[in-house]
Amino acid sequence: MTITKPMVSLLLALTTSALASGGREDDGERSRSAPLDPFYVEECGACHVAYPPGLLSRESWRAVVGGLGRHFGVDASVEAQLGAQINAYLQAHASPRASDDREGRPWLRITDTRWFRHEHRPGEDGLYPGVFESEAVRSPANCEACHRGAAEGRYGEREIRIP
Amino acid sequence: METIRACVLAAAVVAAPAWAERPADFLQRFESQARGEDASFRASAERGRSWFDRRHGGDWSCSSCHTGDPSTKGRHEVTGKAIAPMAPAVNPERLSSERQVRKWFRRNCKDVLGRACSAAEKADVVAWLIAAGAPTGARR
Ligand code: HEC
Ligand code: HEC
Ligand code: HEC
Repeated sequence: MTITKPMVSLLLALTTSALASGGREDDGERSRSAPLDPFYVEECGACHVAYPPGLLSRESWRAVVGGLGRHFGVDASVEAQLGAQINAYLQAHASPRASDDREGRPWLRITDTRWFRHEHRPGEDGLYPGVFESEAVRSPANCEACHRGAAEGRYGEREIRIP
Repeated sequence: METIRACVLAAAVVAAPAWAERPADFLQRFESQARGEDASFRASAERGRSWFDRRHGGDWSCSSCHTGDPSTKGRHEVTGKAIAPMAPAVNPERLSSERQVRKWFRRNCKDVLGRACSAAEKADVVAWLIAAGAPTGARR
């Protein structure tokens, strides 16, 4: 069976909205556009958009926050107390599903996960080959290059424009 | 005598409250710290400019992400994200928060130099950022 895009979207929508509301309510309207805490945007949104917490597992986020001193080739270190606060926020809003590689190690990148690769297949939805390496995009992690609402955590289809 | 004065000044500046922050406060702070090592130190925007634009043993210079012109937008070398202009004359949020200035000097100096920046280097950079985008003549 192949997993269709609407199914994946729906799943993501359900998990992010349920988690964004702390599981207490599910208004079903928030979909992928889970609002981001301003403190998280401030701390994790300076070098890239603040990524949606619901796109990685708890284990993945723990590993990311644990390695901020050497973070994908740059120093993104924070004071210990702040690190704990960021981790707590990410843990509370993380995906309940594992985001592991084949050996069961947590992925550090959203863009390495199966979900991401499935949703962003070259040749589909206007994603021409080489788009992620193009001058305008530069990296698949540059969500904002295509998702114009990414800085505020919005990834709806209406706000996609591929440069 | 000069050294003692500088030390007293430096101590006073270190103890200054975290919220009193204008670009000139940072210039004064770093300059007086640098004078603790070299009493004749005087910040130079021109030295700051060329230092900012130069590599220091690694792949990046400060201008790799901030461009060589602090009055224009930069772009993060790896992620492609836009970075607001660095000159306080153009972007009033710059050099206005002790926390931001400390955090970003710590991180970016490590990435570009592989070590912390000295007070003298920070003083020169701040002098350059203040001068850039300000009416000419303000430079020294
Ligand atoms: C000092 C700059 C900087 C800061 C601050 C920063 N990051 Fe990053 N981050 C990077 C860079 C550079 C990359 C690599 C991007 C690329 O490959 O395009 C990255 C990548 C990531 C990725 C993987 C993206 C992908 O490919 O899916 C995650 C997840 C991430 N960061 C999370 C965080 C979190 C959480 C914080 C806040 C605690 C944070 N970052 C703060 C610079 C930073
Ligand atoms: C080169 C452009 C591009 C980049 C960069 C990109 N995306 Fe996408 N994204 C797309 C396209 C195109 C789709 C498919 C839209 C569709 O279903 O028609 C998509 C779909 C999505 C969806 C599902 C939206 C929906 O309505 O089903 C999410 C969520 C998403 N992307 C998140 C991200 C995140 C997070 C990043 C960065 C880590 C990212 N994207 C980077 C182009 C991009
Ligand atoms: C790899 C990219 C990169 C490099 C190289 C880089 N910076 Fe930055 N810098 C950033 C980012 C990202 C920010 C925070 C984004 C923002 O505030 O808009 C920042 C912010 C700053 C700030 C904060 C200013 C304020 O008051 O808001 C200072 C100061 C600074 N950088 C100085 C430097 C110096 C000095 C160098 C060279 C030693 C340097 N940067 C090199 C990416 C970089």
